[in-house]
Amino acid sequence: MTEAIYVEGTVRPDEESVTGMSEAIETDTTETETAPFPTKVKANNVDAFYAEKQALFGVSLDVPENQVTALIGPSGCGKSTFLRCINRMNDTIPICRVTGDITIDEQDIYDPAIDVVQLRARVGMVFQKPNPFPKSIYENVAYGPRIHGMAQGKADIDDLVESSLQRAGLWNEVKDRLGESGTSLSGGQQQRLCIARAIAVNPDVILMDEPCSALDPIATARIEELMDELRQNYTIVIVTHSMQQAARVSQRTAFFHLGYLVESGATEMIFTNPEDTRTQDYITGRFG
Amino acid sequence: MTDPTIDQPITRKPDFSATHLRKRYRAEARFKFYGVAAIFAALAMLAILLGSIISTGSSAFTQTEIALDIKLDAAKIDPDGTRDPESLARANYRTIVRDAMRAQFPEVSGRRDLRKLYKLVSTGSDFTLRQIVEADPALIGTTQTIWFKSSADLDQLNKGAIPRDVPEGDRRVNDAQITWFDALSDDGRTRRSFNTTFFTSGDSREPEQAGVWGAVVGTMLTLFVTLVLSFPIGVMSAVYLEEFAPKNRWTDLIEVNINNLAAVPSIVFGLLGLAVFLNFFGLPRSAPLVGGLVLALMTLPTVIIAGRAALQSVPPSIREAALGVGASPLQTVSHHVLPLAMPGILTGTIIGMARALGETAPLLMIGMVAFIVDIPRGFTDAATVLPVQVFLWADAPERAFVERTSAAIMVLLAFLILMNLAAVLLRRKFERRW
Repeated sequence: MTEAIYVEGTVRPDEESVTGMSEAIETDTTETETAPFPTKVKANNVDAFYAEKQALFGVSLDVPENQVTALIGPSGCGKSTFLRCINRMNDTIPICRVTGDITIDEQDIYDPAIDVVQLRARVGMVFQKPNPFPKSIYENVAYGPRIHGMAQGKADIDDLVESSLQRAGLWNEVKDRLGESGTSLSGGQQQRLCIARAIAVNPDVILMDEPCSALDPIATARIEELMDELRQNYTIVIVTHSMQQAARVSQRTAFFHLGYLVESGATEMIFTNPEDTRTQDYITGRFG
Repeated sequence: MTDPTIDQPITRKPDFSATHLRKRYRAEARFKFYGVAAIFAALAMLAILLGSIISTGSSAFTQTEIALDIKLDAAKIDPDGTRDPESLARANYRTIVRDAMRAQFPEVSGRRDLRKLYKLVSTGSDFTLRQIVEADPALIGTTQTIWFKSSADLDQLNKGAIPRDVPEGDRRVNDAQITWFDALSDDGRTRRSFNTTFFTSGDSREPEQAGVWGAVVGTMLTLFVTLVLSFPIGVMSAVYLEEFAPKNRWTDLIEVNINNLAAVPSIVFGLLGLAVFLNFFGLPRSAPLVGGLVLALMTLPTVIIAGRAALQSVPPSIREAALGVGASPLQTVSHHVLPLAMPGILTGTIIGMARALGETAPLLMIGMVAFIVDIPRGFTDAATVLPVQVFLWADAPERAFVERTSAAIMVLLAFLILMNLAAVLLRRKFERRW
């Protein structure tokens, strides 16, 4: 294992060595995985291309259930691309092509038999910029349950809206103005509304693409608290630029660099005792 | 900044002098002045246009009328005394009106003079009288004072459009007619009243009986066909091209062609309509159906282009949000993207419809330029539209049609303003901020 990393650290890795490295990491995760968290999402040798340009090189990563997994790395390293592979959001970009296997609960999500709409209902997503629908707060949360036929009558939907907003920690702030437009809320509230919207359809996995980058520190703190609570029921994958945030909220961390997954493991391991020099350089702020 | 030969770096400072400042202020003031001047020039031209139309056309909204004492002789109207509607319709009302004219001016004799006398009132007077009698048969046997439309020439004389001080041979009314008319005026038997005929009847050879209602109905029917065809087809095309179609050479080709079609002269669409709808499909000539089809072809590219622009302006984050909660592509478009794009699509549609409303050339090709007296009752009846009516009247020799042309333009503009108002209201209804 150390050999492989030595090779990676010195030169820009080519395909072969990356495969070697990801194998190494896999063995690493299986060794360290003593916690009682089964693997929820398993990526194996995932490549992604935007037209001719390759954005991901043989990424293999296990995401454990009921844990927060942080994807860190400098800009353009492919962490968002990888995140968007998990709910096949990349399908909406015509020039984007993904190869390799990603399984959720051991089911291949790139299987042609998989309905991508159902997949996205199982894998919720929160985006970098809060993007509530320009509709009422109530409608924002009720939309998902409605289109998926999750509720029979108005009372069911009311319950779902209330419980989702409560779990997103927004209920007390908005319970008296559910009819107001979702866009009238502050940035942090909008982001929590988006989280409520995502959890309203009761997904297994929640993907968060830099959810706090447009928010102030107080709103960020609220979202981070929320993530810790949501972890009890959901598997969370978060892309973040802030290493402090990754250290605060995540149990697992994966470091991406130039489209390669350099290293992944328990968060304290990555932050205190990284095995790769590039990881070390990045978390100590020497680049990125 | 440093030159290799000079050791001292040259520091250049910004020019904060008063002259520099003044120069900048002057340039800004000049620019502002040009802008204001341009707006004033545009407003002045608009004012000249509207002013000339209104000053020429407003007199068409009134009509000179002449009161005659009509003896509704039972022997002449209803000799059998049955009050049967058919026999009432058959009666010779023309002689009754003429008798009344002769009674008014007993001194006039001789065929030529009498013919001049009869020409004081509109040739449609017998029809007016018939309608009055049919509406109330109880009037038969009495003598009534009834207001009849004057002929268009006397109407123009009364409005001052025909000068009295030119030699008799140079005007459409002769001295005797002027004398009679003045006598009637002195008697209180003339008046100018609101010209309802102009708003309720179709075209006519006689200016005083001509109206725009036929053209208004024709316009409404034609534009309805245009809207019903171009809006759904245009929106569907825009949505498909923008949201679903793969981006490849075929869609590029289609896009280029749509953009080109938007710039094709309208007469070409008229020729196309003539060749395809009339000659090939054998649809009726002069019909609002065909006019609407041709105008829909012409409007479609505008609607598609505006629709695509409106769809493009919907932020992608909305699409991602909807797809992210598991909405299908169709749900994403129909629940989120299309409602947000609707104001823009409506604006584009109204612009296209406004262009269709003012279009004359393609309709000439499919025969909507015909002289049509009847009000169209359906999409396949012969009809004309407002701009073609304006075109027809502008061509007519009678002086009275000059003011009617301007009046028809005013009706056309009112139509346009109403349509734009509807667009603004619709847009406000659909508009959402995000």
